[in-house]
Amino acid sequence: MAEDREPPPLPGVPEPQDAEDLFVSAMEDAERSLSPEDISSSSNGPKAEPMLLDHDPDDLFAEATEEVSLDSPERQMILSDGPSPAITPVTINPRADVFDRSPDQDEDDEENRDTFDIQISVSDPEKVGDGMNAYMVYKVTTKTSLSIFIRDEVCVKRRFSDFLGLHSKLASKYIHMGYIVPPAPEKSIVGMTKVKVGKEDLSSVEFVEKRRSALERYLLRTVKQPALLKDPDVLQFLESSEVPSHVSYGDVILSNTYCFILKHARCYYHHLDEVFVCSCIKWFEEKQQQFENLDVQLRKLHASVESLVFHRKELSVNTASFAKSAAMLGNSEDHTALSRALSQLAEVEEKIDQLHQDQACADFYLISELLGDYVRLITAVKGVFDQRMKTWAKCQDAQVMLQRKREAEAKLQHANKPDKLQQAKDEIREWEGKVQQGERDFEQISKNIRREVGRFEKDRVKDFRVVIIKYLESLVHTQQQLIKYWEAFLPEAKAIA
Amino acid sequence: CMQLLVHSVSVDLNNDASLVIDIPDALCERDKVKFTVHTKTTLSSFQKPEYSVQRQHEDFIWLHDTIVETEEYAGLIIPPAPPKPDFEGPREKMHKLGEGESSMTKEEYAKMKQELEAEYLAVFKKTVQVHEVFLQRLSSHPMFRKDRNFQIFLEYDQDLTVRRKNAKEMFGGFFKNMVKSADEVLISGVKEVDEFFEQEKNFLLDYSSKIKDATAKAEKMTRSHKNVADDYNHISGALNNIAADNNTAFKKHLEKCAEVFEKLRKVEDRMASDQELKLTELLRYYTRDIQAAKDLLYRRARALADYENSNKALDKARLKGKDVAQAEENQKQCLQKFDKLSESGKKELTSFKARRVVAFRKNLIEMTELEIKHAKNSVSLLQGSIEVLKSN
Repeated sequence: MAEDREPPPLPGVPEPQDAEDLFVSAMEDAERSLSPEDISSSSNGPKAEPMLLDHDPDDLFAEATEEVSLDSPERQMILSDGPSPAITPVTINPRADVFDRSPDQDEDDEENRDTFDIQISVSDPEKVGDGMNAYMVYKVTTKTSLSIFIRDEVCVKRRFSDFLGLHSKLASKYIHMGYIVPPAPEKSIVGMTKVKVGKEDLSSVEFVEKRRSALERYLLRTVKQPALLKDPDVLQFLESSEVPSHVSYGDVILSNTYCFILKHARCYYHHLDEVFVCSCIKWFEEKQQQFENLDVQLRKLHASVESLVFHRKELSVNTASFAKSAAMLGNSEDHTALSRALSQLAEVEEKIDQLHQDQACADFYLISELLGDYVRLITAVKGVFDQRMKTWAKCQDAQVMLQRKREAEAKLQHANKPDKLQQAKDEIREWEGKVQQGERDFEQISKNIRREVGRFEKDRVKDFRVVIIKYLESLVHTQQQLIKYWEAFLPEAKAIA
Repeated sequence: CMQLLVHSVSVDLNNDASLVIDIPDALCERDKVKFTVHTKTTLSSFQKPEYSVQRQHEDFIWLHDTIVETEEYAGLIIPPAPPKPDFEGPREKMHKLGEGESSMTKEEYAKMKQELEAEYLAVFKKTVQVHEVFLQRLSSHPMFRKDRNFQIFLEYDQDLTVRRKNAKEMFGGFFKNMVKSADEVLISGVKEVDEFFEQEKNFLLDYSSKIKDATAKAEKMTRSHKNVADDYNHISGALNNIAADNNTAFKKHLEKCAEVFEKLRKVEDRMASDQELKLTELLRYYTRDIQAAKDLLYRRARALADYENSNKALDKARLKGKDVAQAEENQKQCLQKFDKLSESGKKELTSFKARRVVAFRKNLIEMTELEIKHAKNSVSLLQGSIEVLKSN
């Protein structure tokens, strides 16, 4: 449970003595994670402490962290006949259908997530400073009953670059493992310059609101990801009253030590079976194609919605303009009753103009911005697929290298150079390890991606369903207002005599 | 004595059963529109009780011009000529459709074709209405309905093209321009003795610029509305595309959403079209009608100027002692003409106001009722869909 988790470190480098404590808990974690009975889906899973992560994607520590984390029902370990491990691994029967699991099998896990209770809001944009050095600061409020947070409710002040910093940290930590890291909101030089320069006009206000909303959606999406929610960078971002540093913290020495410990504490040997590779590849190929298609289609849909927002805004402007003109016409009209009716018409049109403006806002914030987010998310998804290919390439390269080393060793066998032979054997062992690591990485990332994609697709469907209903309800509201206004006008029109 | 009928911009013009005109249908051949003009009459001046003839827009213009150029009608507000059928919008769309056919999906193409057809129909409706109203204004006016050319227009079962050409040669078509070119300086410069005409002049000058502006703004508003409807169409298409790639219950959900937007498009389109027909067209028509009323004022102002000139000429003649009788006769005629124009002008302008008020009332009421109806349709459509989507 979460209580087992060590408290988050203070920003900065932790004392070296913590390493031992971590080792102890890691050992316990490792043993626990070996047990096949540990399938409790309601647990957040035994967790090693990844607080001191380095950014090196080759870091074994990174991969190790992932293996002992949550989602126990998915952990399927396959035994291989590799070199003997330091600790005897527990035999677990491989499940042939491991890669054919549909997203539904993540149901337990997803339901667990559905009951998680955390609300985040981004509000109260405030300008700090003057001129070109000015920036906006936003209040980030987190309300939650989750125990990984220190308090139920916490408010911090963050600026836009803090969000970008958080994203870049998460990206470097998780993307290469196959996690879909929600992209941060986009920068905008034009928008920000206006704000800096102090233009208090409508477009600046709209820009700040658009950004505030985007930042809020970004945080909500980020914490929906179970792994990211627990990430210390995320927690620190939400909780710490100090502005998070933009430099990656972490003690390299310490993490390497930890690495070494974990590597020998438990070793998983995975063997990529032909069967698994084939079914895996097919799934990935199909999915990749699907996402390519979805990318194109979503962009089209987004473009259509953006066009709708634009035209509705135009409609609002033109309606207001007509209202003024109708008022003038009413003034000019010399027949009293008709004059009055025309003035009333002008008033109705003014109200309708406001309706159109509000509806355009709904069009924008409910649908258009969301679609924009998803277009960027899909790019992130395609990114993790690419990562997988990179990992595969690395794996292949290691295999090639190993082969070469073996060949070299074979040659040396007959050359009678004992030192060189020993070196060759060492190198072979080294590369065998790398090959295994590579295969493990590849399998891990593949597994992660499958899970992530499943989660993503579920979220996408849910988001869409919710949003479309909200949007249709906004349309209903607008139409009902229209009815009200026109019904009020009707007697005025009839009164023309 | 003249029978003053209350006119409105539409069907009400046909109150008098002795001469009933309508345009039941029209054909569009390439660039030309051929209107079927249908007449039912009990008047003895006509040879048959019922006629059905094919007329082109140019025939209507010919008729209008001959009436304008008829001296006898100088004291009447001449019903404005119908504007040329403007199929530019649909034509542009058709062009785009043809060009982009290869790059569009089958659904997109079908949707664009739908849009195109709707727009075509809207333009068609408008042009038929406006040509019909022109004829009905003539038929319901006690003087115009007796016009010889009008009768020919309704009766003659051959192509009018030849006659038109001849008429053009006869009149040269510049007379009309002379009338038009009498600028506002002329009428505003005239020292008006008559209170009624003074008021009318001020009113018409101001109103005409205001109504022109209102027409332009209404046009922009309607166009934006149509753009929104088009966007719903594209959104529907995009949703269907996404649905095609999903093979789960979500697919049905997306298809249902696409359907909602498709239906929304239809409703918005109807809302925009009805607003155009009832409001924008009303404003357009009366902009032209106001211009016709102003033309009447021009003619009267010119007659006044002529009268004043004839007075001067008479004084001069008397001074010189030459051609006095001629000058007196001229002056008498000018005065007669001016008086006639003033008398008939007053009647025309008064009935014009009544006509305008009735037309506005009718159209504003109809527009409002239609907007309410469409909005209610929208609400029930949306609420029904929300129910279905929620239950899925």
